[in-house]
Amino acid sequence: MSRVIAYFKSLLLLELLQGLWVTGKYFVKPKYTIQYPMEKIPKSNRFRGLHALRRYPNGEERCIACKLCEAVCPALAITIDSEPRASDGQRRTTRYDIDLFKCIFCGFCEESCPVDSIVETDVHEYHFEKRGENIVTKLQLLALGDRFEADIAAARAQDAAFR
Amino acid sequence: MSDLTLIAWTLLKILLIAVPLILSVAMYVYWERKVIGWMHVRLGPNQVGPLGLAQAFADVFKLLFKEITVPDKASKFLFYLAPILALAPAFAAWAVIPFDQGMALANINAGLLYLLAMTSLGVYGIILAGWASNSKYAFLGAMRSAAQVVSYEIAMGMALVSVLILSGSLNMSDIVNAQAGSKGLFDWFWLPLLPMFVIYFVSGVAETNRAPFDVAEGESEIVAGFHVEYSGSAFAIFFLAEYANMILIAFLSSVLFLGGWLSPFQGWGLGVLSLGGWWWLFVKAFVMAFLFLWFRATFPRYRYDQIMRLGWKVFIPITIAWVFVAGCLAYFNLVTIGLDVLP
Repeated sequence: MSRVIAYFKSLLLLELLQGLWVTGKYFVKPKYTIQYPMEKIPKSNRFRGLHALRRYPNGEERCIACKLCEAVCPALAITIDSEPRASDGQRRTTRYDIDLFKCIFCGFCEESCPVDSIVETDVHEYHFEKRGENIVTKLQLLALGDRFEADIAAARAQDAAFR
Repeated sequence: MSDLTLIAWTLLKILLIAVPLILSVAMYVYWERKVIGWMHVRLGPNQVGPLGLAQAFADVFKLLFKEITVPDKASKFLFYLAPILALAPAFAAWAVIPFDQGMALANINAGLLYLLAMTSLGVYGIILAGWASNSKYAFLGAMRSAAQVVSYEIAMGMALVSVLILSGSLNMSDIVNAQAGSKGLFDWFWLPLLPMFVIYFVSGVAETNRAPFDVAEGESEIVAGFHVEYSGSAFAIFFLAEYANMILIAFLSSVLFLGGWLSPFQGWGLGVLSLGGWWWLFVKAFVMAFLFLWFRATFPRYRYDQIMRLGWKVFIPITIAWVFVAGCLAYFNLVTIGLDVLP
């Protein structure tokens, strides 16, 4: 008997109409789409994007070539060479390369840095046009730091209360 | 009128149907992508032209400029013939659609039979496409399509028989006129033939190989089915034929069951709203065409054996039973048979 009832119920197409009702509701719902290049969603101040090397306000680079970032990097993306600087004998890097293809953007380098030198900015819209451009050098990283210093400092200041 | 002017007039009329049809196919593709997008809670194409309206034309031109590749071992003649065989019946069937009183390209007396013939012929294009491609996926798609179209053809034909019983004519204009009356939309055939209306439309979805009956394409199983080897403008022609067929089914179900050009408020004395006209037919066909897209956004694809079960074990028995019911309705004069003129 119950099979007969089920048969007649299926003839009324109730389940199909329920399905249509669901899609019909979504048809008129406001859409979630963000029109990406024109509209952007806000990013966290902890966003881990492209790297940068920071400077002190007097223009001195922060990095002291302690190589903690190189040691902690799980992807072995960072390569550092160092020697005493010719002018004053301070320990400085002569080479600071990050391979962005190896980098997994875990943020450990930033966490390990004792002088807040290497940071990850919130820049994620970048691209490479030639082979080899994936390796960013010390000069490029310092230039990035100079360019985004205001944003970097603001993001660190916001996050400071939670550390 | 000389023969030459007659031919010129006929050609002009054909163009008047064919060109808007091609344009509406383009807009239908755009509308499909929009509707399915909205049902997925996204926006759909909106970059090409205002509101993305030029999207369909961008797609068409992309396809036309692409190379037509022919498989090495394919039968060249049949390979090129198949898209034409798919397209020709899809367009030829439009000859008998009555858009308004006396507004049909060919007001022939056996219009319904002609339609049955034309909609059935379309499957040859699909079978030939699968056969000529010399590819196992294309062949599988063609076989599925053939079996499916043949089984749903019967249910479709039976649904048409019930319309034929109630209207007493095979002429499309007479079928619409038989639905005229003073009770508005309740004079149309959808009410006494409600199960037939549903079955006719669902069979139409199956005939045009649309979701949820699109096993002939079945992207997840057999790539693209019968047209897997087609590219460029040959593929575009298959696309055109499929969408022209969908619009045709939408118009047919409006003409046969929803009173064609008749107003849903006929005989209610609502002034211009109660007047019949081609615009009513287009409104009804638009709603039916929208249903195609709604189905596609809602239902998952039927399994092949389920399609066969639905066609043979459900639709055909119900249609045969309802043909009997329609016969009783007609015999006991419960529904007005034949032409009844507005009082």
